[in-house]
Amino acid sequence: MIYEAASGPVEALARISLSVDAGEFVSLVGPSGCGKSTLLRIVAGLRPATAGTVSVAGREVTRPIPDIGMVFQAPILLKWRTILENVLLPAELAGKDAGALRGRAIELLEMAGLHGFADKLPRELSGGMQQRASLCRALLLDPPLLLMDEPFGALDAMTRDDMALELLRIWGEHDLAREARKTVVFVTHSIPEAVFLSDRVVVMSPRPGRIAADLRIDLPRPRTVELRATEAFGRLNLEIFRTLTGRTVGATAAG
Amino acid sequence: MTKFNALSRQYWPTLVLFAFLLASWQAAVSFGGIREYLLPAPLTVWNALWHGDTSWSQHIWTTTFEIIGAFVLAAGTGMALGVAIAWSPLLANALVPFLVFVNTLPKVAIAPLFLIWMGYGIFPNMLMGALIGFFPVVINTAVGLSQVEADMLDLGRVFSAPKWKIFLKIRIPNALPYILSALKITATAAVVGAIVGEFVASQKGLGYVIQTTQSSMNTSVAFAALIWISAVGLALYGAVVLAAHLWAPWAEGVD
Repeated sequence: MIYEAASGPVEALARISLSVDAGEFVSLVGPSGCGKSTLLRIVAGLRPATAGTVSVAGREVTRPIPDIGMVFQAPILLKWRTILENVLLPAELAGKDAGALRGRAIELLEMAGLHGFADKLPRELSGGMQQRASLCRALLLDPPLLLMDEPFGALDAMTRDDMALELLRIWGEHDLAREARKTVVFVTHSIPEAVFLSDRVVVMSPRPGRIAADLRIDLPRPRTVELRATEAFGRLNLEIFRTLTGRTVGATAAG
Repeated sequence: MTKFNALSRQYWPTLVLFAFLLASWQAAVSFGGIREYLLPAPLTVWNALWHGDTSWSQHIWTTTFEIIGAFVLAAGTGMALGVAIAWSPLLANALVPFLVFVNTLPKVAIAPLFLIWMGYGIFPNMLMGALIGFFPVVINTAVGLSQVEADMLDLGRVFSAPKWKIFLKIRIPNALPYILSALKITATAAVVGAIVGEFVASQKGLGYVIQTTQSSMNTSVAFAALIWISAVGLALYGAVVLAAHLWAPWAEGVD
C-alpha cells in the first residue's frame, strides 16, 4: 500500500510519501493539527487529496472503497439501534445480506468481550465497551485495511491501556501469522500507545504536516503489560518525544 | 403499582390546587352573588357537559375529525417539505423563503378567504388547522435530518452507502425525536386552527357551539364546550407523547 498526499489552500499536509506493508501495524503520531487525521481520511477516500495519490492494494483511492474499515475517535454508534444492529450496519449500508452476517457479528462481539450486550442500546454501555462495539462494526466485512483515528483518545488512561491489549489480541497478534493480520494505520497523539501497538511509528510535524521520522519498533510480539516497564520501550518513547519536540538532550524532565 | 405511586407523588400538589380552585369558584358563585350568566358555577358547567339541549356528540365528533385531519395534513406535508429541504439545497433555496412568508401571515385573516373559496364545511377548517400547525414540522424535520454528526456521515460513506440509504438508515431515525417534538406543537396548533375555522364559518363543531352561546348568554354551555375542546386537544397531545415514547424511546427528554 502506498500513499502520497499533499497540499490544499491551508496546506494541511505537504510532501508525504509513505508506504505500509500488508499486515503491518503503523501508527501516525503528532501534535494536534499536524494533519494526521486528515491524512487518514484521504486514505479512506473521505476527503479528496488536492495533489498526489493514494493507492490501496495497487488500486488508486478516489472515493471510499470496500477494503477499508474505519474506527473514529467517538464510537458514533447509532443510539436507536442495539449493539448487534450497530455492528451489522455496514452490511446494510453496503447492500449486503445482514442476516447472513449475524453469526459473524455475534462472534466479533464475543471476541471483544461483549457477549450478553448484543441486544442492549449503546447508552447502556460504558465508553470503552462502546468503542469495542465500534471496532466490531469496522471488522464486520473483514476489510484487509483498518484505519483508526485516535480510537482510544476519549477513554480514561486505564481503559485505554486495556483497549490497546484488546486491540492487539483481536488483531491476531497471538494466533495469526503476520500475512494473515490486517494492515492497521493508527492515528494517536500518545507516544507510549503508538510504541506499544506498532511495528512502525511515523512521527509527523505540524503545519503543514510532514513526516519527521519513521521508526521501526522492534519490540517482541505478543506485547505484554510488562513491556511498558522495559528500557527498550522507554528509549523508543524518548526518541520519539525528542523528534517531536526537537530537543536532543535531557528532554525527559521537560513538561 | 409503583409507577402509580410515583405518579401520585408527583401530581398530588396539582390535584390539591385544582380541587381548591374549583371549590373556591363554586363558593364564589353560590355564596358570593356572582351571576351565572357571567360565571357559571362548576356544578352548572358539569351539568351542561352531559345534559342540556346541546347534542354534544355530533359537535365533538365534527371538531375531533377536523383536528385529526388538520394534524395528519400538517404532519404529512410538513415532513415531506422538511425532507425536500434537507435533500436538496436547490429545493431549500426555493421553498424556505416562501414557507417563512406563509408562516408569517396571520392565519385568522385568511379564514374568511377559505370561506369564499370553499364555503362551509369540515375541510376548510381542517386546512386552517394544518396551515397553523405545519411549519414547526417542516423546520424540525429539516433540522433533524441535517443535524447529524459529521463522523456519522463519514461512517456511512466509508461503507460506500448511497445517499438515499444514509437518509433512510441514519438521517431519518436521527430526525425522529425532532419530528415528534414538533408534532406536540402541531397537536395544539391543530386544535386552535379547527376552532378558528369554526368561528369564521361553520354549522357544527365545538367552536360553532361557543359562537351560538354569545347571543343566548348560555355561558355554562360555552364553558362546557371549552372543556370538551381541551379534552380532545389533550387526548391528541397524549397520543403524540405516547407515540414518541414508543417510537423513539432513546430520545426521551430531547425537547
